[in-house]
Amino acid sequence: MSLQRWLGDARPAPTSTEFRSLEVRCDDWREFAKDLAAAGGRLLALWGTWTSDQEKFVRAVAVAPPRVLLISMRLPVDATDYPGVSDIFPSANRLQRAIFDTTGLRSSDPDTRPWLRHAAWPPDVFPLRGGLLPRPVDEPVDDYPFVRVDGDGVHEIPVGPVHAGIIEPGHFRFSVVGEKVLRLEERLGYVHKGMERRFAGLPILEGHRLAARVSGDSAVAYSWAYCQAVEQMSGQPVPTRAAWLRGLALEIERISNHLGDLGALGNDAGFAFGLAQFLRLKERWLRAVDDALGQRYLLDFVVPGGTRIDLSAAGIIAIGECAEMLGKEVPALRNIYEEHAGLRDRFSGAGRLDPELANWLGVVGMAGRASGQPLDLRLDLPQPPYEHLGLRRCVQQDGDVLARVTVRFDELMESLRMAREMIAALPSGSHATSLPVPAAGSSAAGLVEGWRGPAVIGLEAGPGGSIRRCHPQDPSWHNWPALEHAIIGNIVPDFPLINKSFNLSYSGHDL
Amino acid sequence: MLKTLHKIVRTGLVTEAPPPADQELRVRAALESGILQLLGRALCIRQVDAGSCNGCELEIHALGNPIYNIESLGIRFVASPRHADMLLVTGPVSRHMEVALKRTYDATPDPKLVVAVGDCGACGGVFGSGYASLGAVSNVIPVDVVVPGCPPTPTRLLEGILAAISSDRGRAIARADQ
Repeated sequence: MSLQRWLGDARPAPTSTEFRSLEVRCDDWREFAKDLAAAGGRLLALWGTWTSDQEKFVRAVAVAPPRVLLISMRLPVDATDYPGVSDIFPSANRLQRAIFDTTGLRSSDPDTRPWLRHAAWPPDVFPLRGGLLPRPVDEPVDDYPFVRVDGDGVHEIPVGPVHAGIIEPGHFRFSVVGEKVLRLEERLGYVHKGMERRFAGLPILEGHRLAARVSGDSAVAYSWAYCQAVEQMSGQPVPTRAAWLRGLALEIERISNHLGDLGALGNDAGFAFGLAQFLRLKERWLRAVDDALGQRYLLDFVVPGGTRIDLSAAGIIAIGECAEMLGKEVPALRNIYEEHAGLRDRFSGAGRLDPELANWLGVVGMAGRASGQPLDLRLDLPQPPYEHLGLRRCVQQDGDVLARVTVRFDELMESLRMAREMIAALPSGSHATSLPVPAAGSSAAGLVEGWRGPAVIGLEAGPGGSIRRCHPQDPSWHNWPALEHAIIGNIVPDFPLINKSFNLSYSGHDL
Repeated sequence: MLKTLHKIVRTGLVTEAPPPADQELRVRAALESGILQLLGRALCIRQVDAGSCNGCELEIHALGNPIYNIESLGIRFVASPRHADMLLVTGPVSRHMEVALKRTYDATPDPKLVVAVGDCGACGGVFGSGYASLGAVSNVIPVDVVVPGCPPTPTRLLEGILAAISSDRGRAIARADQ
């Protein structure tokens, strides 16, 4: 059987990005998942919907380039359970547990531990079913059943949720012998803010502000993905100039994050010089962006129909000059990193995630490309402006910290090149257009390759121009489990370095 | 090694020659004398992310870059609340971080200062309050200074930290040290 039979026609694979909606019956869900996996498809998002009319759905977004599949499975009237697929797509394990925590729809898979719910709300209350929520218990602390590792000399190191540095909260439970890590188990959900519930009922043309704050470091990726979904529902394409400005903003965001990470990675390997140099460059970049677009981080730049403001001639100069400066400075620093024996020693072989395992886990984005997983939505789902920019796919096979550093350097240089090309060839015209309000009941998905990986928005329109359901899915969902594998056999002091090399989002994951 | 040293020598000037009439510089100068006068030693800050989208953390990180160079002002970020004079808290406070934040506050020795950071730390921001969010930091622990912004710039953050150590409660810390 092949994926083709689910698509309901015999058309050959399209040559440009094609969004397809399909409905799959509960009985066929696992067969479909197997065919999707066999066709090299990637599960990018999975969420549950329990409507006010008591209709129940499990929905998914998958890519089988250049197709994007928006899949919907309607549950029978009297059913609240559905077939689990975590043996086919491992990241579905946590996604399915989160679906239960928020909607009460239970997968048939054996791991039924809560995931996003700690103790802030009772286990029989489901925040995404609508209605009022009771005031939760006073002391929201629970006893999560971590998997214990037994054996001679094995002990546990609990870390978090409040970490020693300036980073987001989460809990890591290490089982170690001496310094060697036997097992890491993550526990996330500490920054669960109830975003999906917050989305419900918002005016659909204003949801981009919340979407931008799913994960602040990926604001452009999420606000663009959100707007992409709204624009699909409206059937209104954005002006070409707006698409180019969004592409520029997305690469600006990638440059900012890669600069910061490359410095932090040097620092975590004991090379403070790297942190000082890269943060100096990042600050100059942020100021150039601020001069050009009025914000250091572009949290409110992408809006439905286009961009909030246009890029002025002075802005083009500010970004162009800074990008040119970085184009010279970064290779010089890269040369220093590459020739530094101590750095090479720490980076090389640390936190290795081999391509076979990465493929099975469904690792995506920058970390995926460092482990031989080529998916890059900018190339695989061609859309303006990327189809004109000749982006080079940056892939490494080694899957260690060094590979993730190398991919960052390669992508940083590509982004700088593309940023300069975009401002040089920026199409004329308007930077925004007004959008009609999407019809109630319509749904769409938005997908954007952010700096960390694919940022996905699943959106369903409600009555009166409101949001019925908005589900953001961060690439971190697929990559957090990979970190648990990458750390095995490494020493505890290398964890900060390995963790930073992935730099996954807590907020984007916890929702 | 030679390239590294060369780079250090070549870039050394960047920190020391900020543009004239730069508001940042004015903040830093005032801050330095304020700290010397009131504290007479390093101010130690423990940062707590109690539910932020991580945007505020990006700008808090920037305080450590060579341009703002917060350590040169005698301020540093510490790993334990036991070593801290000040908590720099981003919000909104999630229900799941409520206990951790309270415990962090309790673990910080008295007298202590709390600076709530960002629109979300100030009032809940775009996330507001709900079944999983308690909104403003001041809904959970006492707050001395609020630095709004989404995210606030490093300069605004410095201004907020300055405001905290200039307050009456800041003087209480100074007296306790004498």
